[in-house]
Amino acid sequence: MYNFEFVKPATVDEAIAALREEDAQALGGGQTLLPTMKQRLAMPSKLVSLGGIADLVGVSSDGATLTLGGATPHAVVASNAGAYPALAALAGGIGDPAVRNRGTVGGSLANNDPAACYPSAALASGATIVTNAREIAADDYFQGLFSTALDEGEIITAVRFPIPQRANYQKFEQPASRFALVGVFVAQYADGVRVAVTGAGNDGVFRWSEAEAALSGSFTPDAVDGLSLSGDDMIGDLHGTGAYRAHLVKVMTKRAVAACN
Amino acid sequence: MPKDGGIGDSTKRREDIRFLTGVGNYTDDINIAGQTYACFLRSDVAHGTINSIDTSAAEAMDGVVKIFTAADFAQAGGIPCGWQVTDRFGQPMQEPKHPILAEGKVRHVGDPIAVVVAETAEQARDAVEAIEVDIEELEPVLNMKDALADGATKVHDDLTSNLCYDWGFVEENREAVDQAIKSAHHVTTLELTNNRLVPNPMEPRVAVGQYSRANDEYTLYTTSQNPHVIRLLMGAFVLGIPEHKLRVVAPDVGGGFGSKIYHYAEEAFVTYAAKVVNRPVKWTSSRSEAFISDAHGRDHVTKIELAMDENHKFTAVRTDTYANMGAYLSTFAPSIPTWLHGTLMAGNYTTPLVYVNVKAVFTNTVPVDAYRGAGRPEATYQLERVIDKAAREIGMDPAELRRLNFIKPDQFPYQTPVAVMYDTGNYDATLDKALEMTDYANFESRAAESKARGKLRGYGLAHFIEACGIAPSNLVGQLGARAGLYESATVRVNATGSISVFTGSHSHGQGHETTFAQVVSEMIGIDVSLIDIVHGDTSKTPMGMGTYGSRSIAVGGSAMVRATEKIINKAKKIASHLLEASEADIELKDGQFSVAGTDKSVAWGDVTLAAYVPHNYPLESLEPGLEETAFYDPSNFTYPSGAYVCEVEVDPDTGKVDILGFTAADDFGNVINPMIVAGQVHGGVAQGIGQALLENTVYDENGQLLTGSFMDYAMPRASDVPSFSVDHSCQTPCTHNPLGVKGCGEAGAIGSPPAVVNAVIDALQRGGYNVDHIDMPVSPSRVWAAMQQG
Repeated sequence: MYNFEFVKPATVDEAIAALREEDAQALGGGQTLLPTMKQRLAMPSKLVSLGGIADLVGVSSDGATLTLGGATPHAVVASNAGAYPALAALAGGIGDPAVRNRGTVGGSLANNDPAACYPSAALASGATIVTNAREIAADDYFQGLFSTALDEGEIITAVRFPIPQRANYQKFEQPASRFALVGVFVAQYADGVRVAVTGAGNDGVFRWSEAEAALSGSFTPDAVDGLSLSGDDMIGDLHGTGAYRAHLVKVMTKRAVAACN
Repeated sequence: MPKDGGIGDSTKRREDIRFLTGVGNYTDDINIAGQTYACFLRSDVAHGTINSIDTSAAEAMDGVVKIFTAADFAQAGGIPCGWQVTDRFGQPMQEPKHPILAEGKVRHVGDPIAVVVAETAEQARDAVEAIEVDIEELEPVLNMKDALADGATKVHDDLTSNLCYDWGFVEENREAVDQAIKSAHHVTTLELTNNRLVPNPMEPRVAVGQYSRANDEYTLYTTSQNPHVIRLLMGAFVLGIPEHKLRVVAPDVGGGFGSKIYHYAEEAFVTYAAKVVNRPVKWTSSRSEAFISDAHGRDHVTKIELAMDENHKFTAVRTDTYANMGAYLSTFAPSIPTWLHGTLMAGNYTTPLVYVNVKAVFTNTVPVDAYRGAGRPEATYQLERVIDKAAREIGMDPAELRRLNFIKPDQFPYQTPVAVMYDTGNYDATLDKALEMTDYANFESRAAESKARGKLRGYGLAHFIEACGIAPSNLVGQLGARAGLYESATVRVNATGSISVFTGSHSHGQGHETTFAQVVSEMIGIDVSLIDIVHGDTSKTPMGMGTYGSRSIAVGGSAMVRATEKIINKAKKIASHLLEASEADIELKDGQFSVAGTDKSVAWGDVTLAAYVPHNYPLESLEPGLEETAFYDPSNFTYPSGAYVCEVEVDPDTGKVDILGFTAADDFGNVINPMIVAGQVHGGVAQGIGQALLENTVYDENGQLLTGSFMDYAMPRASDVPSFSVDHSCQTPCTHNPLGVKGCGEAGAIGSPPAVVNAVIDALQRGGYNVDHIDMPVSPSRVWAAMQQG
């Protein structure tokens, strides 16, 4: 790790001001950033912790929408997001207790690791990513591996999840990291079913539109039987080929639907 | 009932109090006034020529004390290899120089090129980044078979090829084995890989060097399983420091699994540099550094053939193995695929003819050496896998095929065709025990229940034999060892009766401080709290060979028994004087010396006090004091054995294997502390399951380690293993050591991989998939891929 300055502002405005400095970097829970810095693969001049901004932490629900503060740790979501059980379960299955107590939803979405869990929930829920400057629809937010619509210095202040009628997340873990080798989030809304896949796609999280159409017609595991994905569009690495991941997407989709029913 | 704290009692581990309350003293806890910090610049390419190293910018940086390159070690020797294997043509193996820092070439990712010694660890690391090295990359040598092809790029230019040795065992049997296989009723063939593993002890390696100008003495604190071995190798062969000027201390060590046996360049570096900079020098490995600098384990590619007659009796075994040595020969590397592997190829069976061929190969990878089991897991895995395959081919129950070929209890001592002679064993007993514990008879109903849930259930059995406590020294010398394999102990009885035992064994998780004390407590009859076990410091203990190969209680414990016997003999002489009785009539029981047939007695403490305050003492015939040393050199190996059963469920949709149950029925001979033995088996089986299902070391085509962190190297976790069922009630005591013990440290890691893989194959076969082998790790993706083929 290289030396850096550390600030912990109390308001979003102070954080935005601090992030204007060259090479300043926002710090959520640090579950990706800190290991990267320890490896000396990142060298921000200043870390701007978002953990001291009380407005950014919390879970609230009005019955139709669940809102998470951007700096809400996974463990808080796991225990307080009962209004959206599939989301609470997803948060409770990330990493281990230490990761869940430090890592935040905003940090995960801002990093957009192709194997992270939260992007699938945001995309499958049609969530709205709220920043200090604007609101971004999930469909517009994810732009490829570790790439998002966020501008430099823009902070995720909240994420609004429309609460589905039924939903479920199925994660098949990569044996070493326990990130998603394939994770599928299925959410059924009055106007249709959304299916988002993490861990598998060459371009990161994606919606499986054929499965959405099939499941919107018949919300049963069998509905996706005739569908298949191409392994060519999937990540292939030492933990699984593209063909294996493509196969798992279907298996996990069926399991998620089965778990909803 | 064993007595409290005596042999057979599950006394709680005394050392755990300090480990669990954070007051252990590990090497990284050692900080010496004026200490500097070393950081190694390591090669980031697998193979290349060093054109130049420019340290000028780095030298100018804050806090830099000195920067070292190979030029600073022109007078030092290379890191020595402790075992010379002779090939099947009678020639010695090819043995390249292993410099402390790379000389002209780098040969694996992680090969050290230069070292910065600085005031702080951060400054050292900053300066390392400022060193400019110009390396011209060469083609990396990675695949073992390609490495042996004519014209292949050489890892070492001064060797004739990448072949370290071509070893045949037993060479005289070569033709007879070929003939037996040719004329066999049935031959089963299996090609397999024993996956390369990174040992990953919880504590990474650390070394602190210190030099005293006052008396020209060096001290090395290091994470070692055998400080005397390090003192000998480093002092005599690398740095030229005589033993009396070199102290090596291995304090609390957080696991080794073999990887901390070897003498590493970093140890020689900090010892030497401490004199040059005239300040203590400390190096602490990061986990990332451990992946590319700790010796790896396994990495064999094997073809095995098993021949049998029409009665299903094994008639011959032939194996061809390519064993990866990595870029240099680590301390005991050449012995692992040969003498620790070939000698086990008879297994538990009466196979009359065995021939083992091993080609050891240099590649541009991290050196490979012993890892928990060391050669014996590789032997057991191939044998127990091919037997399972053979049983399937001939339609016979795998348990019964094994039983049919077992060496029977009345055949011991049993001379195998691969040199070793098993002293005792009862393989039917452990097999029966394992089958009973796992309710083998009702497996079919469990399989049916799994099937109803859409899962494939499998039952996997493996039997194993291992050879522990390698000895005697004169034999291993003939086999090429450049070391003795005895063990030592000094028993120092203090004036008021407490005892310090100085053992040449080294505890780094095994619980010696408990079990060794139990033995002495049992022999003398004093409370275990009065006995301390001291280890890990060459200035305290007699020269010992350390701990590996499950040798500690069998060899080190035997030395301690011999020394304690000397103590008791002398104490009886003192007691006979105090009691005015004949020495022959003195009995020792529960810490009291008494005269047989009388009520006259004297307590242990009175006798020990008399030894040091010899007012009433036979000075004319007996020296004062009560301290004895013994060196014990066993007459044979010990041969633990056991039957392991794994029951799995395979998810046919994903290929994921869940272990439902794991049972180990072991014969360790006599057992000192059943709880500690069970713990050793648990740990070994967890590592074996790790090898079977999870762990793999993968290099890409450029020789970059793809699995260089826990993000990609899958260590087993608690959730990956079941609650183990272990039993060690089948006991055929060792006949040639005083405790009748055999050793238990490695068994779990030896017997478990074939049991797991056999279970997975059984599950797939029962599910209708024509799959007869999957290489480890049997990961979900590999199982799924095999199911697509089968």
